[in-house]
Amino acid sequence: MRSVQRTTSTVEDRSLIRDSSLVWLASGVVGVSFGAVSVAGGLPVWVPVLMSLVVYAGSAQFSAVGVLLAGGGPAAAVATGLLLNTRTAAFSLAVAEILGTGRAGRFLGAHLVTDETVAFALAQPDPARRRRAFWISGLGLFAVWNTGVLAGALAGSALGDTARYGLDAAFPAVLVALVLPALRADAAVRRCALLGAALALAVTPAVPAGVPVLLALAGLFLHRGPAAASGAAA
Amino acid sequence: MNATLVVILALAVGTYAFRLVGPVLHGRVTVPPRIQELASAGAVVLLVALLATGALTESGGFAGWARPAGVLAGAVLAWRRAPFPVVVLGAATTTALLRLAGVA
Repeated sequence: MRSVQRTTSTVEDRSLIRDSSLVWLASGVVGVSFGAVSVAGGLPVWVPVLMSLVVYAGSAQFSAVGVLLAGGGPAAAVATGLLLNTRTAAFSLAVAEILGTGRAGRFLGAHLVTDETVAFALAQPDPARRRRAFWISGLGLFAVWNTGVLAGALAGSALGDTARYGLDAAFPAVLVALVLPALRADAAVRRCALLGAALALAVTPAVPAGVPVLLALAGLFLHRGPAAASGAAA
Repeated sequence: MNATLVVILALAVGTYAFRLVGPVLHGRVTVPPRIQELASAGAVVLLVALLATGALTESGGFAGWARPAGVLAGAVLAWRRAPFPVVVLGAATTTALLRLAGVA
């Protein structure tokens, strides 16, 4: 009985690792480009390396370094990065159940909350698999991201323009694949998500980075209570 | 203290505080089912907004055609229930090939 169970979870872990590995690969290359861009812009090697370890949020890191290199000043760099990361509060609520109540799991797991890992965990069908998916994706991504940044910072700009690998299309596509099951299953969530995305796109040219995605939450106004929904269905 | 170090530490502390919101509230406050439902719907809404803005925009403007075309190729593959690696590689390859062909 026990060996049957172990075999099942080993097979599950393998499929989780296989699905995660392409996200890791893509993130690793983005990490390399983050390290390279930072050092090529004139920052010392320790800046991108330390930032990746303790901040660990790709878009916020790119924008903070971008602001610093553009001479925007430390306050603007922090504000931009934090604004981009406010969404992790909402994501941490969504995975709170997965992280459970153990002290170590919660405090370590919180640091691993990223767009990709949350999406990957929530896409799994049952609680046990969601938990394994969170830790496998989260720990792997942390290792790969930081290794990539270190490699990029040491290599400088030898990698060239990473846009030619098409990786910027890989990330949105990863998210499509991960949210599609939720969108197929739930019409209410679908309505909210479409309205939210439309709002985010509409305001993007006019507001600072990070704000459009937060405004998308207004799409939740279309999410009616379970009583109202079942009443409408009947 | 070095200004860059202050930036890094402030970002790290602030980001970790955001990330702790869920785990700290969990088990301490009984979250009503309706709020839980909204939180998980909210995560999907955020992810869809991220993928839409990520696919179509870059620094507040249009990202060019190659990227959304690649994402669209990935979306079609995902819709047809292609395996995850196929979706990811399909999207990146489409964009890379379009750029090779001179499409921005």
